[in-house]
Amino acid sequence: MSSPVVAAHGAPKGFIRRYIFSLDHKVIGIQYYFLAVFSVFLGMALSVLMRFHLVYPDAKVSLFEKLWPTGAPGGIMTPELYLSLMTMHGTIMVFFVLTTAPQSGFGNYFLPIQIGAEDMAFPVLNMLSFWTTFLALVVMVAAFFVPGGAPLSGWTAYPPLSAVGQLSGPGEGLGQTFWIISIAIFCGASLMGAINFIATTIDLRARGLSLMRMPLTCWSWLVTAILGLLGFAVLLAAGVLLLLDRLAGTSFFLPAGLLVNDQILNHKGGSPLLWQHLFWFFGHPEVYIAILPGMGVASQLLSTFSRKPIFGYRAMVYAILGIGFLGFFVWGHHMFMSGMNPYSAFAFSVLTMSIGVPSAIKTFNWIGTLWGGRIRFTTAMLFALGFVSLFVTGGISGIFLGQPALDLYFHDTYFVVGHFHMIMGVAAIFGMFAGTFYWFPKVTGRFMNETLGKIHFYLTFLGVYAIFTPMHYLGISGNPRRYADFTNFDFLGKLLPIHTFMTHAAFFTAAVQLIFVFNLFWSIKKGKPAPMNPWDATTLEWTVPSPPPHDNFAGKHPVVNHGPYEYSVPGAARDFIMQSDPA
Amino acid sequence: MGTSITSDIAGGVAPPPTTQGFGGGDGEPGGRGAHRRASITGLMVLLAASVMMFAAFSSAFFVRRGLSNDWVDTPLPGILWVNTGVLVASSLMIELARRALHSGKRAAFNRYWSAATIMGLLFLGGQYLAWQQLNAAGYYLATNPSSSFFFVLTCTHAVHLLGGISALGYIDVQALLLRLGPGKRTAVDVSAYFWHFLAAIWIYLMALFLFWG
Repeated sequence: MSSPVVAAHGAPKGFIRRYIFSLDHKVIGIQYYFLAVFSVFLGMALSVLMRFHLVYPDAKVSLFEKLWPTGAPGGIMTPELYLSLMTMHGTIMVFFVLTTAPQSGFGNYFLPIQIGAEDMAFPVLNMLSFWTTFLALVVMVAAFFVPGGAPLSGWTAYPPLSAVGQLSGPGEGLGQTFWIISIAIFCGASLMGAINFIATTIDLRARGLSLMRMPLTCWSWLVTAILGLLGFAVLLAAGVLLLLDRLAGTSFFLPAGLLVNDQILNHKGGSPLLWQHLFWFFGHPEVYIAILPGMGVASQLLSTFSRKPIFGYRAMVYAILGIGFLGFFVWGHHMFMSGMNPYSAFAFSVLTMSIGVPSAIKTFNWIGTLWGGRIRFTTAMLFALGFVSLFVTGGISGIFLGQPALDLYFHDTYFVVGHFHMIMGVAAIFGMFAGTFYWFPKVTGRFMNETLGKIHFYLTFLGVYAIFTPMHYLGISGNPRRYADFTNFDFLGKLLPIHTFMTHAAFFTAAVQLIFVFNLFWSIKKGKPAPMNPWDATTLEWTVPSPPPHDNFAGKHPVVNHGPYEYSVPGAARDFIMQSDPA
Repeated sequence: MGTSITSDIAGGVAPPPTTQGFGGGDGEPGGRGAHRRASITGLMVLLAASVMMFAAFSSAFFVRRGLSNDWVDTPLPGILWVNTGVLVASSLMIELARRALHSGKRAAFNRYWSAATIMGLLFLGGQYLAWQQLNAAGYYLATNPSSSFFFVLTCTHAVHLLGGISALGYIDVQALLLRLGPGKRTAVDVSAYFWHFLAAIWIYLMALFLFWG
């Protein structure tokens, strides 16, 4: 019998135990990673279709008709199909990419090794967490194939649209039900993951690894787990209530006298705003669930490749904690447009602005880390720098949106689309790219191709700015979001060339990602062999072979004597001191 | 493998302590100690998630209650008081069992723990009867918001309780198979704490139903 706690399980022998239902945190991390890779390409494909339709709304594409006979009759996409693509794009990207890869993928693989543990605290729970996430993805994708197709109500699933059923649109029948069930399953999986991350970090650190010696990656994974723990529990509760409104005739979110498609519904007394409060209590911390791990990776890489200690380690830790804490008190800024007491709006606005303080501390410290450093412009470092750039760009537009008076104007425009794609979407994905290039040698024992990596970085960096920067201009010009077609509005006529440019930039950027896919799979077999510590880094994962053995440290137990960022230490024999080096 | 989720989070056969074991950085090293701490931490984290879920339902309860005039208090079936007594007594039994085990009184432990498990099942049966009585009186899930929340909250609690009974049953089986060695103490403690938590949540829910209907 294997020991249930802390990786005392022996090395698996069969294929299924080793690669499918594995208890090994490293295999589970890789499983999460590739689930996210599949999801990101699916989500990206949906966005490309959306961008195509926005610019060529009358184009007849026979493939559309084959894929969606009722959603694209004659090959022309209906507005309902466009909205379902938008809903599924947002949902898949937020839950199965941004929540999954940075935390569950990289965190699963590297948290135990970085803290000197043999595995996660609860390996069986860890395995179950992955397969539950997988089930959630299967149910979500299945929503495309049920009668009526995928739901239309956006990744936020606002009622009444999401709660009244088939009556409100083709995807609002079984598709929306599948969506809610999938998200409920995902919540369960995330809660299991959070339990593991928190218990592992608190209780399984190696001797000498005090909290203030933890790499910032571990701090960010810990705080992200706490956010997930508190946020997903609330979303699960909200999902249960929404499902009951749909299936059991309750009236939590549905008011009286609701008229939908000429039918008066038999609900009364509920409030759609109640859903919004519950959803955004989860939804805003979700933004930090997506971005905090990227911050951890960026901190790790900026220090390593600048050959300098991270500037203001403690301030960075407190900033992570501050962002996580404040993240629970700002959900109302998503609801300025929903009608709110001005005093409440003021409070939410002030709290929102206050998140700028820890965010600015982090940015300042990243720049301070780079200042005077001997910077190595590896692909991983370039993506980390790209992360900082995107975080700042996306963050600045957030300051506009945090003010009720401005948000009233911007809220339903492309300004918001540009903002959250920059800071939550692309920045987090740059963090994933950075982590991939940085840790690939540890996972596989080989480097990814640097030349291809740099080509991919520069083209992607230009591409994403080309897509999302114009959105801010569109928003300021009053271009509404969520519309399937702009060609029928005179006041938007002059903006259509910008949409055309963005669509072509999206095609280009999507195509460029094939370079990454090729590099990823090619390098697994053909990449240049990497030594144990190719980046001259200091943390514990670089003290073990690549790939690490089953129990990470081959039965030995590391003792930590140093902080995680001891670079260019005066008097030291080399320009870095590993955490496990003698005191 | 043969390892269940219950045993996964509740500890189990820990590897022998090592001379340079995992101590949680600031803590003391030692294999079993770290495993016990991790199990307790895991439980606390799980409880935090449960508290958040009940808090979310509760906040929706109060907001929805103040929204409109369609709220009609749900009459509490008398059997709920019996159920409350059974669950509180069950919690007491668990504590007596835990203390008996720590004193090395295995027979007393088995007696108390089994009694607590049976009481847990009785509580679930009693809840089912309460739902039946409400249905008979015309109160269903969608009758009015008060009854909606009553059924949602009691069912959520029952689902939690099913998890708790699984943990209690696991310990019962281990005791029956004479496998309740020192390595299982953590499982006993974690299951007991979770059971106390369920009793506390139930008392909170009763107060909620009683005072705010």
